[in-house]
Amino acid sequence: MKKYFPLFVLPTLLAFAMAFVIPFIMGIYLSFNKFTTVENAKWTGFDNYIRVFGNSDFINALWFTVLFTAVSVITVNVFAFLIALALTKALRGTNIFRTIFFMPNLIGGIVLGYIWNLIINGVLSYFGVDISYSAKYGFWGLVILTNWQLIGYMMVIYIAGLQNIPKDLNEAAEIDGATTGQALRHVTIPMLMPSVTICTFLTLTNSFKLFDQNLALTAGAPARKTAMLALDIYNTFYGRAGWQGVGQAKAVIFFIIVAMIAFVQLKFTGGKEVES
Amino acid sequence: MKKHFAFIIAALTASSVLTGCGGDTRSSDSSDESGRTAAVRFLNFKPEIATAYEEIVKTYKEETGNTVIVETAANNTYEQTLSAKMATSEAPAIFQINGPRGYSNWRDYCADLTGTELYQHLTDKNSALSFDGKCYGIPYTVEGYGIIYNKEITDKYFALDSKSVPFESMEDIDNFEKLKALVEDMQSNKDALGIKGVFASTSLKPGDDWRWQTHLANIPIYYEFKNNNVDLSSDATNEITFEYGDNFKNIFDLYINNSTVDRKMLGSKITDESMAEFALGECAMVQNGNWAWSQINGISGNTVTAENIKYLPIYTGIPGEEDQGLCIGTENFLCINSQADETVQKGAADFLFWLYSSESGKNYVTNSLGFIAPFDTFSDAEKPDDPLTREVLEWSADTKKNNIPWNFTLFPSQTFKEDFGAALLQYAQGSTDWDSVKNTVVSSWKTESEHLE
Repeated sequence: MKKYFPLFVLPTLLAFAMAFVIPFIMGIYLSFNKFTTVENAKWTGFDNYIRVFGNSDFINALWFTVLFTAVSVITVNVFAFLIALALTKALRGTNIFRTIFFMPNLIGGIVLGYIWNLIINGVLSYFGVDISYSAKYGFWGLVILTNWQLIGYMMVIYIAGLQNIPKDLNEAAEIDGATTGQALRHVTIPMLMPSVTICTFLTLTNSFKLFDQNLALTAGAPARKTAMLALDIYNTFYGRAGWQGVGQAKAVIFFIIVAMIAFVQLKFTGGKEVES
Repeated sequence: MKKHFAFIIAALTASSVLTGCGGDTRSSDSSDESGRTAAVRFLNFKPEIATAYEEIVKTYKEETGNTVIVETAANNTYEQTLSAKMATSEAPAIFQINGPRGYSNWRDYCADLTGTELYQHLTDKNSALSFDGKCYGIPYTVEGYGIIYNKEITDKYFALDSKSVPFESMEDIDNFEKLKALVEDMQSNKDALGIKGVFASTSLKPGDDWRWQTHLANIPIYYEFKNNNVDLSSDATNEITFEYGDNFKNIFDLYINNSTVDRKMLGSKITDESMAEFALGECAMVQNGNWAWSQINGISGNTVTAENIKYLPIYTGIPGEEDQGLCIGTENFLCINSQADETVQKGAADFLFWLYSSESGKNYVTNSLGFIAPFDTFSDAEKPDDPLTREVLEWSADTKKNNIPWNFTLFPSQTFKEDFGAALLQYAQGSTDWDSVKNTVVSSWKTESEHLE
């Protein structure tokens, strides 16, 4: 075991350190500096963090992101679960449907953003407006896009979870006279909690970190009202000369928020998992 | 097992700290190890001429034996690419900034160019980016923008029986009032002219609104500074009243109300679409500059011929604008990386001077890059011959016209431009009124100026 440790773990560990740990530590360090490139940093203490809250952009983006995440986590998981339920029934063509539902997940975020930009604008043009007209359109546009992209992936996880539930449990419930609804509530869902944990975790973090889709679909229009946190960080970084450090500080705050939410969520849904 | 793991983690963390700190000393050390950083790297701003630069450095190598490596940043990612590359051992020796605001971001990397041969040959020393008598950026091209029109369509209009304005040709249009009358009558005859609208769509998608929040905004700001005798190098530029805001509104309203698309649909329009509309003959006019010719010419199905593409100054209804010319200036300044080795800096300066003074270099500048090079090494015959650039040269040679310089290099920040663009979009969509656009411009200019150092 010890003998092979360098052979098997070290390459990955080194790659992880180089691509993640080191940049991460540098990133935190830079958030306390004023810099143009990573090499000419000058220490400024908490100045950047104070400037983060100097205007309302960050708070607005945070609020928009939280709202968006709440709506998409619920819709993605509900739809993914329902589709998974339908596609685990013995129906013709379930495999084709599974493939089709999974496919949107294979398209990159920027491309998806532009495609949906065209579709949504095409529909809204009948009403003489486009997606940049109101933050509401942008919000629901993003929700639809995220649903379209993530449902297939979550569906696959739910299908795997559903197929893992031993058949005898449902049969026993049926013999005991449980209705379909009761069986679903008291047998299927509790047994599916590990899948729920992983799916909520994935949708939560993915929605929170959404960037490409946001940039391509609305780019923050109108007036930064639909800019989510990642886009706001990007805009801050390049929006003003000398504000790279502020963007970096926002990124650190962003990391802390995502880590906290993910941790709380894992505790919460993880606690509801049952052993079969 | 656990102990070893902890040890390795600790070692890794420590080494990362070490490499992190080592960065500062490395740049000064590297001057002795000439082998590693000897190459002169050039980070090119314009993707459309990347292949031309490849040829140039090949010829340079053949003629002088020196190597220059050209790298190109993808469209709209120059700042990002530059920030990333600057921190590596392959940092560019030659890069470009967009004016005083770019300089404030990159000042640690801008070498003093006052002593370079290229600066000595700069025709107008005032056009260089200078601070305290020292030059840090040399403009390498001059560009001009205005309203580009397709003479074929306007001629067709002037020949119409149904036209209701007294003008006989575009030469008669020399102020906003006349332009407005012409455009509105053309718009009502659009079916007879076979166009969808007079002006190409006013692209207001965030990121594609620079033709309005930067280029068009230059005009009222220029007049405001000029008529109030504001010293452009002083702090007096930190506040504006947007005095000529209504003039901006004049022309902006004309653009969005007489266009190929409805004003509410502009938030998703991008510049490329506007240029395509113009190239395909769907509209008669579009506001843009001489760089647009290659774009117009490159669109398949282009119907605009070189002899029919002309410029009209952007009239906004300011008194005395009959003499106004195009907006001619530059936001492309070459800089040499002061953090690079002495020899590399020297090599960079030599390359630039070769490019803008040797016979083969000048030939490339004129014919492949298509630059109007502002250096006295170029004779009058050595000018590019694309139709829009020729027009710009004609306008700038016309002493009766007052061409407007590019004062938008003084706009306080990208954030200001984005704020302005967002306000324009909301105005076009009808969700805010013009007063709120004006307020946004004035207040954003003020707050963004406060962030300047």
